[in-house]
Amino acid sequence: MTATATSARSDLSELGRSETALRTFLHGLPGVDQVGAEQRAAQLGTRSIKTTAKAQAIDLAIRMVDLTTLEGADTPGKVRALAAKALRPDPADPSCPHVGAVCVYPAMVPYVAEVLRGSAVHLASVATSFPSGQAPLEIKLADVRAAVEAGADEIDMVINRGAFLAGRYQEVYDEIVATRSACGDAHLKVILETGELATYDNVRRASWLAMLAGGDFIKTSTGKVPVAATLPVTLVMLEAVRDFRAATGRQVGVKPAGGIKTTKDAIKYLVMVNETAGADWLDPDWFRFGASSLLNDLLMQRTKLTTGVYAGPDYFTLD
Amino acid sequence: MSERVAVRKTYKLFIGGKFPRSESGRSYLVQDANVSLASRKDARDAVVAARAAVKGWAGATAYNRGQILYRVAEILEGRREQFVALGVPADEVDAAIDRWVWYAGWADKLTQVYGGANPVAGPYFNLSSPEPTGVVGVVAPEQPALLGLVSVIAPAIVTGNTVVVAASPAAPLAAVTLAEVLATSDLPGGVVNILTGRLTETAPTLASHMDVNAIDLTGVTDAELAADLEIKAAENLKRVLRPAPADHDWTTDPGITRMTTLLETKTVWHPKGV
Amino acid sequence: MIFEYAPAPESRSVVDLKPSYGLFVDGEFVDPTDGGSFKSINPASEEVLAEVAEAGAGDVDRAVRAARRAYEQVWGPMPGRDRAKYLFRIARIIQERSRELAVLESLDNGKPIRESRDVDLPLVAAHFFYYAGWADKLPHAGFGPDPQPIGVAAQVIPWNFPLLMLAWKIAPALAAGNTVVLKPAETTPLTALLFAEICQQADLPAGVVNIVTGAGDTGRALVEHADVDKVAFTGSTEVGRAIARSIAGTRKKLTLELGGKAANIVFDDAPVDQAVEGIVNGIFFNQGHVCCAGSRLLIQENVAEQVLESLKRRMAQLRVGDPLDKNTDIGAINSAAQLARIRELSDAGSAEGAERWSPACELPERGFWFAPTIFTGVTQAHRIAREEIFGPVLSVLTFRTPAEAVEKANNTPYGLSAGIWTDKGSRILWMADRLRAGVVWANTFNKFDPTSPFGGYKESGYGREGGRHGLEGYLNV
Repeated sequence: MTATATSARSDLSELGRSETALRTFLHGLPGVDQVGAEQRAAQLGTRSIKTTAKAQAIDLAIRMVDLTTLEGADTPGKVRALAAKALRPDPADPSCPHVGAVCVYPAMVPYVAEVLRGSAVHLASVATSFPSGQAPLEIKLADVRAAVEAGADEIDMVINRGAFLAGRYQEVYDEIVATRSACGDAHLKVILETGELATYDNVRRASWLAMLAGGDFIKTSTGKVPVAATLPVTLVMLEAVRDFRAATGRQVGVKPAGGIKTTKDAIKYLVMVNETAGADWLDPDWFRFGASSLLNDLLMQRTKLTTGVYAGPDYFTLD
Repeated sequence: MSERVAVRKTYKLFIGGKFPRSESGRSYLVQDANVSLASRKDARDAVVAARAAVKGWAGATAYNRGQILYRVAEILEGRREQFVALGVPADEVDAAIDRWVWYAGWADKLTQVYGGANPVAGPYFNLSSPEPTGVVGVVAPEQPALLGLVSVIAPAIVTGNTVVVAASPAAPLAAVTLAEVLATSDLPGGVVNILTGRLTETAPTLASHMDVNAIDLTGVTDAELAADLEIKAAENLKRVLRPAPADHDWTTDPGITRMTTLLETKTVWHPKGV
Repeated sequence: MIFEYAPAPESRSVVDLKPSYGLFVDGEFVDPTDGGSFKSINPASEEVLAEVAEAGAGDVDRAVRAARRAYEQVWGPMPGRDRAKYLFRIARIIQERSRELAVLESLDNGKPIRESRDVDLPLVAAHFFYYAGWADKLPHAGFGPDPQPIGVAAQVIPWNFPLLMLAWKIAPALAAGNTVVLKPAETTPLTALLFAEICQQADLPAGVVNIVTGAGDTGRALVEHADVDKVAFTGSTEVGRAIARSIAGTRKKLTLELGGKAANIVFDDAPVDQAVEGIVNGIFFNQGHVCCAGSRLLIQENVAEQVLESLKRRMAQLRVGDPLDKNTDIGAINSAAQLARIRELSDAGSAEGAERWSPACELPERGFWFAPTIFTGVTQAHRIAREEIFGPVLSVLTFRTPAEAVEKANNTPYGLSAGIWTDKGSRILWMADRLRAGVVWANTFNKFDPTSPFGGYKESGYGREGGRHGLEGYLNV
């Protein structure tokens, strides 16, 4: 409990210098009661967001989308089309905002960069031998550098879950620090792969570990394991960034990724951000959705609000 | 040869494991003996002793309480003749001994019979268990002097309550003699306290005392007094056992209501999660 | 970005209120013969919802006689399996009409629709389902091979959970074979009257359930009626005491569920975010109109500052306002009288030197409202630490050791509920053993279930409602 909600700023930068200090700190974080956390998340999910609030939420959600494709079958043509959609999600409506970022594999970064150049849409790339992270550190760092050189200004890395679960916190910490350094000016999102961490206690510890090591964002999932983002996992991560800022003064962003497909889902997340971390996080700089099909549902709901009639999938681009 | 001059017994109160005279210095002649005439102050002292004994007695293991109640039966068996000499019929003494044995066995079973897990609709462990209510004021039945007395004391204390008993005013010798049995049975002092004297003095004190949790009016035969005691008991919402019907048969299976009326059910919830 | 939630009102058109209601006696709505009438208002707007009959002693007598007749001629002799079917039928109708009942409950009581929809109504239906199943299994309930009903039950319920308290009273009574005359609270009679319609819809035999509306005099006439065999009351300890006195020397069996001043105990190793939710749920659920509310927060002193900071931040998120808005967390105080009591005790808290804090929140102009409030620097001697406020007001105290927490928690004439927050299992069990309270919530709070016995120690009353234990008060054991 010592780490949370304290108004006095603490210097936690020394923690990364010793495995013992890291372990003591992480294991000293308050526990998370699973049932209570899930009930709180479910309760927030019952908020009813209608009319003007819904319109506001939809536009915000569109601006927060990291429009993602992470397939072996991705081609330059596919990712160019995706980037074009990121810039103008609804070609029929110029008032529709652009998305937050496009997120692709490192090899696809140059093609996306061509399309996004000069725009405010960020270019994110999953580096560090995504999604398993099972490669030698040097190769992972080279992966990061290559992506940044090719034009990515955001790097989504995966942590070494095996090391984390085995309690080798120093190793995980050092890897994040090294990746952070390889990023240069690019922002670093640290993927915790919460579906493999199994408990909310682990999610809270991994969140703090990633923040202590310098991550700019903490992200739930790769989307490549069965359990991706959930509301309660995101709740625990939002509590962590809130408490981390209270403790250190540094604000860290949150990105749930995977499995968020509908406007209704997205709005539940925004309500949770609003009532957990607060309004400061209701901004694409501090909250993102890792998603692909979500965007079209947001666009359909947006059209419904402006025209009053329900659209169909044929009226929105497939990319 | 001259006959040996007998040593007569002084029949005193039983409070906190000791045998004091009434603080009022009064006694009354009954059953050919001088018996202490308890005052209101004696009743209050007895409540203090009973309260002090709650923590240890309620906190003892059920197994331990069962052992002690069985020990009471053992000691009573050895003193059978003493009660017969007081005029208690032999079969009543036997029934009283057997009743201690019966209740001794309940000590570690009632929680299972009366409590249990509740299948709530959610991810929770949920368990109800009975607990003693605390200090119980008891008006013992006038008759049968020994079996009636045992039948109100044992169900109250077996679950961890402590009692202050107003003994039958007309037949108190069995009660005081039972106190001697209890005093030599490993029963902690204060768990059972016995007052002899007038119900009109002791019972209203017990019924109105704010540190008494329950009142057992079993032995009250005067309906007006019973109603008055129940009204007094309402002041702190004591649990009430109403008077037994005049024709109550004390030899039959007592059932568990006497025990359960003097219990509280505590239900504990806890989430199940990882 | 400031995210303003637009109003999201639940439609009240689902409720079809009549301008006036009679008494429900012997299966029919009838006009009172020696009573009058009163108005039930919406505490959120002070608008009159309906005019309701006030039963006089003669009306109560008529209802008790109807219940007696139904007990002797119909319900008592009816096989348990048939009683069960009526109760199942009622449970189903409640589920089907739950939206209507939820809206009406929020209108009449002032509680947020989120709570009446997500908590009250599901529990009401579940309670009828649970006890329906007991009706033909009573010999297996542990009260002997052939337990018998008591007869006619007089039931008086409070205004904080009008329909849920009705379910807690009527379901076990009917399952056990008794018939009932129930008096709902004078500020919240409407869902009970809708329930009477449900009894008609279920073809429940006439006289099995009778609803007499009215205030204290009606309740007194009912409880003191000579032909009543059982009295069940939920409400204030003061009235409970008066009822216990009034039935002294009678054969009437009594169960009482009364006030509380529960301690919610937070240790330094608590799962803090869930503990804060539990504190909020403990005292602000249902505007704090909850007998088992966690109205005394006991925080371990070494984390008191941090917990309070988190609590205040969380309280700032509470949305106070229109009970029918789906996003409202705290609705209206049930009545002007209750509001006055909350104000009086809160003012006493300030006057006695406790520090008062509420988040900035705008309260509606009309209706009865009280902002969520906490008092810090409270000691056991303060009135706000001893008296039941029955409103959204939390008294915060600190402790240093587990033993001190137990001592403070138990230092009250009440004993209804308690909360413990700690990650240490053995400490939970150690604490739970020592807390003198009928319900102990560990790492959770304000959870209810029809299978889980509920009721208090000491001046919080006697008898249990819910579970197998809840049958005992309605059987001749």
